[in-house]
Amino acid sequence: AKYRKVDEDFFEELEEILLQADVGFETVIELMDELRYEVQRKNVRDTSNVQSVISEKLVDIYQAGEAETNEINFVDGLTVILVVGVNGVGKTTTIGKLAHRFKNEGKTVMLAAGDTFRAGAIEQLDVWGQRVGVDVIKQSEGSDPAAVMYDAVRSAKSRGVDVLICDTAGRLQNKVNLMNELQKVHRVISREIPGAPHEVLLTLDATTGQNAMIQAQTFKEVTDVTGIVLTKLDGTAKGGIVLAIRNKLKIPVKYVGLGEKLDDLQPFDAQKYVYGLFAEGLDKEQQLEDADK
Amino acid sequence: MAFEGLSERLQGTMTKIKGKGKVNEADVKEMMREVRFALIEADVNLKVVKEFVKKVSERAIGQDVMDSLTPGQQVVKIVKDELTELMGGEERKIEFSSKQPTVIMMVGLQGAGKTTTSGKLANLLRRKHNRKPLLVAADVYRPAAIQQLETIGKQLSLPVFSKGTDMSPVEIARQAIEHAKTEHLDTVIIDTAGRLHVDEALMQELKDIRALKEPDEIFLVVDSMTGQDAVNVAQNFDAAIGITGVVLTKLDGDTRGGAALSIRTVTQKPIKFVGMGEKMDALEAFHPERMASRILGM
Ligand SMILES: Nc1nc2c(ncn2[C@@H]2O[C@H](COP(=O)(O)OP(=O)(O)OP(=O)(O)O)[C@@H](O)[C@H]2O)c(=O)[nH]1
Ligand SMILES: Nc1nc2c(ncn2[C@@H]2O[C@H](COP(=O)(O)OP(=O)(O)OP(=O)(O)O)[C@@H](O)[C@H]2O)c(=O)[nH]1
Ligand SMILES: [K+]
Ligand SMILES: [Mg+2]
Ligand SMILES: [Mg+2]
Repeated sequence: AKYRKVDEDFFEELEEILLQADVGFETVIELMDELRYEVQRKNVRDTSNVQSVISEKLVDIYQAGEAETNEINFVDGLTVILVVGVNGVGKTTTIGKLAHRFKNEGKTVMLAAGDTFRAGAIEQLDVWGQRVGVDVIKQSEGSDPAAVMYDAVRSAKSRGVDVLICDTAGRLQNKVNLMNELQKVHRVISREIPGAPHEVLLTLDATTGQNAMIQAQTFKEVTDVTGIVLTKLDGTAKGGIVLAIRNKLKIPVKYVGLGEKLDDLQPFDAQKYVYGLFAEGLDKEQQLEDADK
Repeated sequence: MAFEGLSERLQGTMTKIKGKGKVNEADVKEMMREVRFALIEADVNLKVVKEFVKKVSERAIGQDVMDSLTPGQQVVKIVKDELTELMGGEERKIEFSSKQPTVIMMVGLQGAGKTTTSGKLANLLRRKHNRKPLLVAADVYRPAAIQQLETIGKQLSLPVFSKGTDMSPVEIARQAIEHAKTEHLDTVIIDTAGRLHVDEALMQELKDIRALKEPDEIFLVVDSMTGQDAVNVAQNFDAAIGITGVVLTKLDGDTRGGAALSIRTVTQKPIKFVGMGEKMDALEAFHPERMASRILGM
């Protein structure tokens, strides 16, 4: 293919591609300014050479000077992972996938059914527990989630398991009562084990738009989020907002969800992710241009 | 909140232009820049934004506005009116069949709120329309999807038709419609599994369910927090099975909900209900004007 010039049209197209990937205005504008400068400085002339420059800049923005940290912070003894997020993003499914992953790494895993509210939530986690072959600590529907966590941490300690993964009910971040409840769950865990939970994973749905930024802000305030799991990247949505979230709030993405099966979870790869944000879009534009000629 | 600054800016521009005795093209252009920004930050699809801005700009710099005594106010009104119009104008009611039973299919992406909305809808139809609903558990894939619907049915004291996970969803739906006939249940609500709009096998399954008895409503259930991709989702579902309406869920959150506008624009199908919470009474009729204000942050 014949590559076009890197001109103002090109920048405008790129801007639109990124906005359509949900990256958000602020971040896109910041990026475009830096990119224009970079392209000029390096004297990049055509689009075949500009892709790597864009990739680099996007990864720069993503990391914002922080080191890449997508490892789970495992500690000696019991590691507690709390999974939080708004309704329907994929928390429970992700827990099944994580349990599977850790078990394959040779760890002993236990799950805590902390969603005592939503219809069928306990049964759902139970099915995942059976699929993976790990124990699920649960109480009846409607019971106090903090009490479930207390129980679960105690059992995990006494049984000497390596990892306890705690499910929580989905909650919208503007619901003060529900956020307070989550804070209480968090507190109960820390009281039982100083330093726990060792990871608080915020689950974000890649189809979510700009609201994900507010989700990240609020959940971080309430539960000290240590990482993000970006789910449903197997669809056509790009999850561009996590770029802005990492840049602004310094929360790294640790895993991405790519389907509904046990194996559909991968460690986050910043290069691959940012490439997905724009490359396909640019190719499409290029094809349209070519067809026009 | 992240949108506060934006909302202030927008209202600032609106106030500025409102107070003007004379409005020229540059003023309109300036304001439309802010509107464009507001809409994108509210997750309205970029292409939809472009069309909208073009349309409103044309009207706003029309002679009647420029010559009016309060051109600023006129322009603000045009923005909101056009948005409301795009949102569907009047409230649209749910359709029932003259031939029993009425069949309603709930479809959409994973986690959008189909199962919960099925329960809420059954509850609303019973209370407000005096219907006798049958909930149908046609999601045989998601772990415990059937238990979820059964629990909801128990909470509401409404019948749930379920056949476990070994029977195909199409066969379950077929038997459910027969069951409704013999039991004189006049409204069948089919809860289908969440699926990606690009999953051909699962989209075919929906076509097969649809072919059993032409549904009176096929509701695309959409999470109001959805971003730019909402248009792809809506277009694909509509092209594949022909949706009749949209239910917008989780509007009790603080999202601007621009996806509503995108979906409405690309499908031209009405938004009929909004989900306002997790409880079984949290389903309301959709109000285009309120939604327009929300998207603009006014
Ligand atoms: N395509 C796809 N679907 C996913 C992915 N992760 C989860 N899902 C689906 O999304 C839906 C919701 O997942 P759940 O795990 O129940 O989400 P949740 O956050 O626990 O939901 P609540 O507990 O109700 O708030 C289910 O249908 C899952 O199968 C993913 O990575 N890709
Ligand atoms: N706050 C709020 N939560 C909602 C609303 N509608 C649904 N939910 C929640 O969203 C989550 C997902 O709802 P489901 O009904 O399981 O969604 P679904 O589309 O059936 O999911 P799949 O079957 O996995 O595709 C649950 O936690 C629901 O309680 C709403 O209007 N407001
Ligand atoms: K969702
Ligand atoms: Mg869950
Ligand atoms: Mg469901």
